[in-house]
Amino acid sequence: MKILAVCGMGLGSGLLLRMQAEKALRELGLEADLEVADIGTARALASSADLILTSEELAQQLGGVKPRIVTITNFIDLREMVEKLRAAIT
Amino acid sequence: MADGGATTGSAPLSRLLQPSAIRVGAFAADWRAAVREAGDALVASGVTEDAYTDEMIATVEELGPYIVIAPGIALAHSRPSPAVRRVGMSLVTLAGAVEFGHRENDPVRLVVGLAAPDSDGHVTALATLASFLSDETNRESLLSARSVDEIRALVVEFESRAASRG
Repeated sequence: MKILAVCGMGLGSGLLLRMQAEKALRELGLEADLEVADIGTARALASSADLILTSEELAQQLGGVKPRIVTITNFIDLREMVEKLRAAIT
Repeated sequence: MADGGATTGSAPLSRLLQPSAIRVGAFAADWRAAVREAGDALVASGVTEDAYTDEMIATVEELGPYIVIAPGIALAHSRPSPAVRRVGMSLVTLAGAVEFGHRENDPVRLVVGLAAPDSDGHVTALATLASFLSDETNRESLLSARSVDEIRALVVEFESRAASRG
């Protein structure tokens, strides 16, 4: 499955999201193709993703996109990422 | 760059976060002042030029306070730009908590500044920092630290423990 982590600038929060998602997926025993995009290019890439990971602020700016959006509040809390991914994927 | 171990992608946190980029108990009247502290700290350590500080503030004005990535913690940054001289980070603990307007993670007590000339030179350092901050004891030690040396020691010690765990 393809997961798109969306952040503002492509190098800060997006990286954190991807790192946490990698750890969470390992814990859940799942595999996924993880990509990071900034909010500008995310809309264009969204349709090729199965799931979008982002913060609530940016989710609102994404507008209507096809894939399911999972919003994360605390980017350094692995438990939140694990629980939300588990609920979204399994 | 054939040598994976020596590429800047794996530069450790202790190298990217220089003592001159750490500020303890800084006073900031509002979120712009808080981001400016982190930006000034990056400039002080030679990582960026002043324009980057304005860019970090503009990022929040444009996209909202999404940079408050965890309760009390803001990751100030902007895209790679000519105002970034090299990859580096700054760390500012605030004397008082500052509202950034984030619905869930306000107010902010810790601002991390991040400057990168590309998209991956800071991966290891950011991962170490995230790991360090995810532990509440570490956060508390950081916020109650009273000197740059104390903060520096916390970071270095965490890093060497993490490294020895493999």
